[in-house]
Order: sequence, then structure tokens, then C-alpha cells
Amino acid sequence: MSIGHTLLGLLESGPRHGYDLKRAFDEKFGHDRPLHYGQVYSTMSRLLKNGLVEVDGIESGGGPERKRYAITDAGITDVEQWLATPEKPEPYLQSTLYTKIVLALLTHRDAADILDTQRAEHLRSMRILTDRKRRGDLADQLICDHALFHLEADLRWLELAAARLDKLKAAVHT
Amino acid sequence: MNAPGGSLLVAEGLRKAYGPTMALDGAEFSIHPGEVVAVMGPSGSGKSTLLHCLAGIVTPDSGSIMYDGQDLATMSDAQRSRLRRSDFGFVFQFGQLVPELTCVENVALPLRLNGAPRKQAERTALEWMQRLEVDDLGRKRPGEVSGGQGQRVAVARSLVTDPRVLFADEPTGALDSLNGERVMELLTEAARSANAAVVLVTHEARVAAYSDREIVVRDGKSRDMERVI
Ligand SMILES: Nc1ncnc2c1ncn2[C@@H]1O[C@H](COP(=O)(O)OP(=O)(O)O)[C@@H](O)[C@H]1O
Ligand SMILES: [Mg+2]
Repeated sequence: MSIGHTLLGLLESGPRHGYDLKRAFDEKFGHDRPLHYGQVYSTMSRLLKNGLVEVDGIESGGGPERKRYAITDAGITDVEQWLATPEKPEPYLQSTLYTKIVLALLTHRDAADILDTQRAEHLRSMRILTDRKRRGDLADQLICDHALFHLEADLRWLELAAARLDKLKAAVHT
Repeated sequence: MNAPGGSLLVAEGLRKAYGPTMALDGAEFSIHPGEVVAVMGPSGSGKSTLLHCLAGIVTPDSGSIMYDGQDLATMSDAQRSRLRRSDFGFVFQFGQLVPELTCVENVALPLRLNGAPRKQAERTALEWMQRLEVDDLGRKRPGEVSGGQGQRVAVARSLVTDPRVLFADEPTGALDSLNGERVMELLTEAARSANAAVVLVTHEARVAAYSDREIVVRDGKSRDMERVI
């Protein structure tokens, strides 16, 4: 998962301090893996260097986590692009997608569209695998089947998530 | 004359209510000659209703359906059923074979109904059964063959009249993975070699992966997934 894009997405609703960003990240996405301050600091300095955020103010007497960051227009475009680009289909990508959907809902973007884009990308991969399976030998068939069943499971998850978007939206905004 | 863009079958703004239920609520569809299009979506979303409208089995409350330049709404019932017999083929999930007839008689039935002599009809039927790899079941009755074999016989029957559009509604819905896969391989191969377009209704992604492209139906509305990315 892209920590940089996630932190950027969290900044879209308004400027935040480093420690506030970490807390928001841990609360929403860091269930089993909270961020270290070092990760926040290195990520934010990279985003600063790339002009995706700017420093909006510094609390007195503080270290890097005391800086207040604001997203720039270039940062918003960057989040926009990341959300709109489907993930390369591979098993277990749900946590990235989950993050994208939550961020889309938080920033009032079309989360259903993100799910549909991913759905189309998955089916595209499944077509290629099905075609390869058709031409291949038994080993090809088994390898492709393994991938196909995993992609199918992802796709079911995408459909379930699409059906539950309204509920998730309500939960995300509380 | 074909519809704009070379489509063989085009539907726009389809609505169909069953009492308070909006089965279709502005659905669209189009398919080119020889193309395989999957119609996906959750159960109850309107997939079968869409297929029935496209095939002229159900009349929509509003919207238009053009087949090969003809408006289905302006045709009489008799014209529509003639069109179904001459240009369309059908495969459903269950129970389509006549239990009293042998498999080869089942496959030959559409030709017989169109007036073909028995011998000639059964010869053509056997050719199709060969393509579907069930020609050895000719003398058996549907009750004596497995689910996967029965479904392949049904596919042979749906293609025996050389239809331009094959309508398949959950054709593998009652089969296990392996048999479902074999039916899909043979169905798409046979349809492609006959240049028949296929409207493939399925809620299973692995079945839809045999198509050229997909549309998704949700709450009676369709979404063309080619336009998503
Ligand atoms: N003949 C009918 N009479 C009453 N309701 C119907 C009829 N056919 C379909 N419906 C309703 O219309 C909706 C769509 O059904 P259908 O097209 O069969 O969906 P799907 O094939 O996607 O499962 C469902 O709510 C279903 O109950
Ligand atoms: Mg149905």
C-alpha cells in the first residue's frame, strides 16, 4: 500500500500536523501495523520535496511531527490519479483497494467508479488467463486456474463492497 | 441493413415493471455480429429480463430494440416468433430437453419444426453433436446422460439452425467447475466458428471470462464496462 498517497488523501480534508496524520492513519488503516514517526517524517519530506504538500505552520518548540502540512493542487491531482488507476490484479490486493475506497468516500469522490474500474481490470486479466489456459497444456491450465480462482474471489469482494458502499460511507463519516 | 456502428442488436432505454418491481430501469445493450458479450450482475438485478426483451420473448414497457435494422416493437407476434426460430438460439440453465425424445431427436427438433425432413435434420444434428463432443449419446434419452453432457446437447440444439444470435442464460449454472468450463469452451468455440453472436448471462466471473466484453446490470440499469476505464 502506498503510504504517501494515503497520507496525501488524509490531508485533502484539511491541513494536519504530523502527529495528527499518524493518528488518523493508524485509526483508519493501521489496524495491525501502526506507522512509525520516522515513516511519517520521511514520507512527508519526500512529499514536500515533490511539491505535493507544503508546510502550513510549525508549533513552537517541536520536532518534525510538530509541522503542520497542507496538500497542494499538485498533491490533489496526484491523489486523483492514484485513485483512478486500477491496481495490477494480484491476490490479496484488497487492503489497498479498501484504503482507496475509504479515501474516496472521505473526499467525496465516486467510490463506485473505483470499484468498477478495478472490476473491469480484473476481468481483463481473467480473459487473458482463460485464453492462455485454452491453448496451454495441463500445467498451464492448473497455473492459470489457480490465478483465475483468486481473481474471482477478488471480484466477488469487489461486488460485495459495491453493494455495501452506502453503509461504509455512513461509517467513514462518523 | 445493420444499425449504426455495425451492431446486430441494439437496445436503448429499456424499462420493464412487474407490479411494483422495476426489473429494467433504463437498460442499454448492443452486440456486433459474432461477438460474445457477457451480461453480469447480482441475482435479481434484471439480467434475465434483459435477455428476454432482447430475444423478443418479453415486451418492454418502453425503450427500443433494433435487430438487424428492424424494430422489434413494430413486428407482430407471429413475425417475432418466426424471427426467434430462424435467427435466434437459446440455452438455459435447466430442463430444456424433451425427456421423451432421444438426444439426437432433441437436437434435430428445431430443424424439424422448420419443416426439414427427418433424415436430413438428424444428419445435421449429429454434426453439431460432434462439435460439442456428444455424438456418441445420440440414441440416449436426456434422463440417461449427465448434467454436463445434457447441457452440451442443449448447446448443439441451440446452434443447429445456424442462428445469428445465441442467447445463453446461466448455461453453466447447474454444473460443477470442470463441466462448466468444458461447456463454455465448446459453446464459444462452436459459436465463433458459426459466427453467431452470444448474449451470455452469468453472475460468475470465470464464465464471463470467455466473453469479448461485459456489461453489468444493477437494479435494472446497465453499465458498459468498456467505457469504465
Ligand atoms: N415474470 C415475473 N413476474 C414478476 N416479477 C418478475 C418476473 N420476472 C422477473 N421478476 C422480478 O424482476 C427482477 C429482475 O429479475 P430477473 O431479470 O430474473 O433478474 P436476474 O436474472 O438478474 O436474477 C426481480 O426482482 C424479479 O423478482
Ligand atoms: Mg436470471
